[in-house]
Amino acid sequence: MLVLENLNAHYGKSHVLHGVSVEVRAGEVVGLLGRNGVGKTTTLKAIMGLVRRTGGRITFEGRDLTGVPTHGLAALGIAWVPEERRIFRLLTVLENLRTGLDRPGLDERKRQELLEKVYRHFPVLRERRNQAGGTLSGGEQQMLAIARAMMLEPKIILLDEPTEGLMPRMVSQIREIVHALHRDGVAILLVEQNVPLTLEAAERLYIMEKGVVRHHASAAALRADQRVIHEYLGV
Amino acid sequence: MDQIVIQTINGLVNGMVLAVVASGLTLIFGIMDIVNFAHGDLMMLGAFVGATVLGITGNFWLALFVAAIVIAMLGVLLQVTTLRPLIGRDPLTTILATFGISLVLQKYALWQWGPTVRKISEPVSGQFALFHLQYPWYRVATAILAGLIIGGLWLFLKYGKYGIWIRATTQDRVMAQAMGIPVPLVHTAVFAIGSAMAAASGVLFGPFAGVTQTMGSDFTLRAFIVVVVGGMGNLGGSILAAIFVSLIEAYAALVVSPAQAVIVSFVVLVLTMLFRPTGLFVPTPK
Repeated sequence: MLVLENLNAHYGKSHVLHGVSVEVRAGEVVGLLGRNGVGKTTTLKAIMGLVRRTGGRITFEGRDLTGVPTHGLAALGIAWVPEERRIFRLLTVLENLRTGLDRPGLDERKRQELLEKVYRHFPVLRERRNQAGGTLSGGEQQMLAIARAMMLEPKIILLDEPTEGLMPRMVSQIREIVHALHRDGVAILLVEQNVPLTLEAAERLYIMEKGVVRHHASAAALRADQRVIHEYLGV
Repeated sequence: MDQIVIQTINGLVNGMVLAVVASGLTLIFGIMDIVNFAHGDLMMLGAFVGATVLGITGNFWLALFVAAIVIAMLGVLLQVTTLRPLIGRDPLTTILATFGISLVLQKYALWQWGPTVRKISEPVSGQFALFHLQYPWYRVATAILAGLIIGGLWLFLKYGKYGIWIRATTQDRVMAQAMGIPVPLVHTAVFAIGSAMAAASGVLFGPFAGVTQTMGSDFTLRAFIVVVVGGMGNLGGSILAAIFVSLIEAYAALVVSPAQAVIVSFVVLVLTMLFRPTGLFVPTPK
């Protein structure tokens, strides 16, 4: 469904992605592992059109994303949950969610349905719906960031280090939501440092090093033989 | 005592008009990081359009409405042709660009309408006794109307679908795009709203002092003081600062001549920059 072929990208003058090829099929959870600074986040930003693509191709459902503006991706079914969460800090929780609900072709009933769905997953968001996003705790902001992406009814979510800096209780909630999204048939491209979580949640994994994909295997294979992970991640 | 009451009312009336000008300016700065030096000139042009429509139709309210619409459309044109290509560039480029627009608009007004002062007659006549002088009702009506415009803007930003888009874009342009909000369109719309508000305040202010092609520069300067004192990009702060600065100027005019009273707002500006560079009316950042 989402295909990155030989993707090259630059930040200013520095060449950060040197030909990344990754594929995510419909409904599939795919992990992207690697140490800090190897280009995982940049890969997601390149998909979102936020870094300068200097070579290669990104296609989504067969459609070339070159020239599609960032704000046009949501309508195609691509949602992004950035590493920094990027909650609209002065907007209330409900207003944060509404940024994804006020789109054409969505009637009031459907909106309520979507809201109810995320409130079921994250009851704390219902409690705090009239509170400014910036006043939430780190874990709550992460939930809001995922919930906000779910408002777009995406076909794929680009999920960037959702468990970074979270307490174990919050991590298990994130794990549950990843499973729930998977059950609903939403594809996920999961960037993580948390290897056990990624091995458990993903079906296939790509391991990146210095701006390229070094290894590609099924999660089952990697679970059976973790030497590759030790080699590239040093864990 | 009488003098103080009169100057308080004067300060409030001037403050409300200035608040309409400044809230457009701060809205544009907040969302696009564009320091719009042509803002006062959009106000001036609005006043001329208003005066022209008033001359033809004799209807002040129609003139107000038409001026706002015409200048909003001009705003769209300016934003799309000049400012949109410059978004994300060095702030100096947009400053120079808007400064250039300002000069062009002023010279256009001079060419189109000439150097003489145009008068916009008051739609609300009548005066009421305020101590020893007759105070025109129109000034009071202006303050109320300005309050309605600001109140309307606030309601729109707070509850409207597009209001949420504007606030989200102001806070995080990139994330707003990722949520599917058409950010370039939002930028243009905000510039149009700011321009319309400038034009409306130009027409409202017209009856006070007449319309000249240089009236804008004065307001640009004052609006900038207000925007900085209130906290860059902070709408509520700008409105409070507009009233605050206007009141201080009004009180200062009791002691010194009104022309010298303007100095007081510069003193406020300098003190704000020195001691509260983030603005007087925003909580101290932690």
